[in-house]
Amino acid sequence: MYLTREEEGMLSGKEGPVVAKCMKLLVRLGEIYGADRMVKIGSSQAAGVSYKSIGEPGLEFLRGFAKEGARVRVPTFLNPAGMDLRNWKNFGISEKFAKKQKDIIDAFKEMDVITTCSCTPYLSGNLPRYGEHLAWSESSAVAFANSVIGARTNREGGPSALAAAVTGRTSNYGLHLEDNRKPDFLIKVETGLKDGDFGALGYLVGKTLKNGVPYFSGIGDCTTDDLKGLGAAMAASGAIALYHVENKTPEAKSYRDETKNLERIEFSVEDLKRSYDELSDCDAPNLITIGCPHASVSEIGFLTRKLEGKKLKKDLWVFTSRAAKVWADEMGYTKIIEESGAKMIFDTCMVVSPLEELDFECIGTNSGKAAKYLPGFCKKKVFFADIDTLIEKGLK
Amino acid sequence: MKIKARSISEGKGKGEAMILREPFGFYGNIDPKTGIITEKGNPLEGESIKNKIFIFPNGKGSTVGSYVIYALKKNGAAPKAIINRETETIVATGAILAEIPCLDKPEEDILKMVRDGDVLEVDADRGEIIV
Repeated sequence: MYLTREEEGMLSGKEGPVVAKCMKLLVRLGEIYGADRMVKIGSSQAAGVSYKSIGEPGLEFLRGFAKEGARVRVPTFLNPAGMDLRNWKNFGISEKFAKKQKDIIDAFKEMDVITTCSCTPYLSGNLPRYGEHLAWSESSAVAFANSVIGARTNREGGPSALAAAVTGRTSNYGLHLEDNRKPDFLIKVETGLKDGDFGALGYLVGKTLKNGVPYFSGIGDCTTDDLKGLGAAMAASGAIALYHVENKTPEAKSYRDETKNLERIEFSVEDLKRSYDELSDCDAPNLITIGCPHASVSEIGFLTRKLEGKKLKKDLWVFTSRAAKVWADEMGYTKIIEESGAKMIFDTCMVVSPLEELDFECIGTNSGKAAKYLPGFCKKKVFFADIDTLIEKGLK
Repeated sequence: MKIKARSISEGKGKGEAMILREPFGFYGNIDPKTGIITEKGNPLEGESIKNKIFIFPNGKGSTVGSYVIYALKKNGAAPKAIINRETETIVATGAILAEIPCLDKPEEDILKMVRDGDVLEVDADRGEIIV
């Protein structure tokens, strides 16, 4: 693997032992995957933030790393934590868990990581450019950055994202290379889609393809939020880190002519129904969760208009970033949502928080990703539906 | 006898071989304080990898496994070296961060050649295993 003089220096310890260790890790991973050289990255985003996920081993590692002098040299954001960092007491989080979670955040802060705990860094002040190399971890954000923006990132683990942030580089393999960004399946969508349907489509495609690069045709009007949900579901049920949507995503047009030769999969209205059925195993949710990935300000506004003047009989939690909170507060959304009996929760989400310790049997969601993960990570049953159905259930 | 292999993480280690013939996920399946494998139904359940030459085909499971490998080292419960058929990212990351010698792709099928308790010398600087 070719290294520049500067990179050789980092590897040999000229910039200290922590930089050398990070460089060694990146070079070895590069060698395992056959990288020819390194590329400079524009930003990093690290997973492995929730104490529930990384536990004591992770906390000790991060503390040790910070103490050894690890400092990031590109903007680095974080994945959701295991709790609302300010308002955790209201959600049944134990003192012990809260203490450990704060220790994790402090270790990141010491490394100059910006502690925005969100799975939507691109909505919270970390917006990549087309073609820019990144080292991001969160699978839904990786799918978004690669597909919707056309930036280039592999799905990094927590430590490799940090190592990339500390050196400002990553090894040039996988989705950093043009050749690996070509579609290998054509998904013909033969039904209209709205709201949760994008998650349902993503769930089935991810499950069928496992990995690979799907090219979608037949998707009509859609919002950026819809694509956020589509990519998240595919990355959860499969390991899809890049997809193309005809007339919607920036790299799609360069592959349009090649799609004729691809293996085809049709997605009909029956498939859509099948996906909803597969994702649900209960139908009377006692907690409804919105915001996986974290709700955007416009999604919060949309929900606000649905809830205005109504009183919920069931719990409804909206998960979002602290960045979106600023505007939700400013626009009066937070107030209206809370007046309906719902709660707004920041920095965390239903998947990484210790939801299994709370007394809810059936969780309602309009997220394909949450529906896929809740049974395994939180030992909960799921009711997967569109937002109107969820609100209807919540009012009963 | 000397077997050539690819070096993943440098260093040297000597110890008794401990062989697992199936992929291993470090997260949730081993006690980071003692190195004792806790995975239900694992053929090595209840045994410790501490100070052993831990041989298994490849890693699997959660990426948090890298942190567990690091914790094993910090707690003095790490193996002396790791040998895989093919090391994947989780184990490679953990071994490099923890500075545990690690080799993969040995020229001979080590899982068949070596027996539990055989004393091995691993030299990951030179990419060699001495049986």
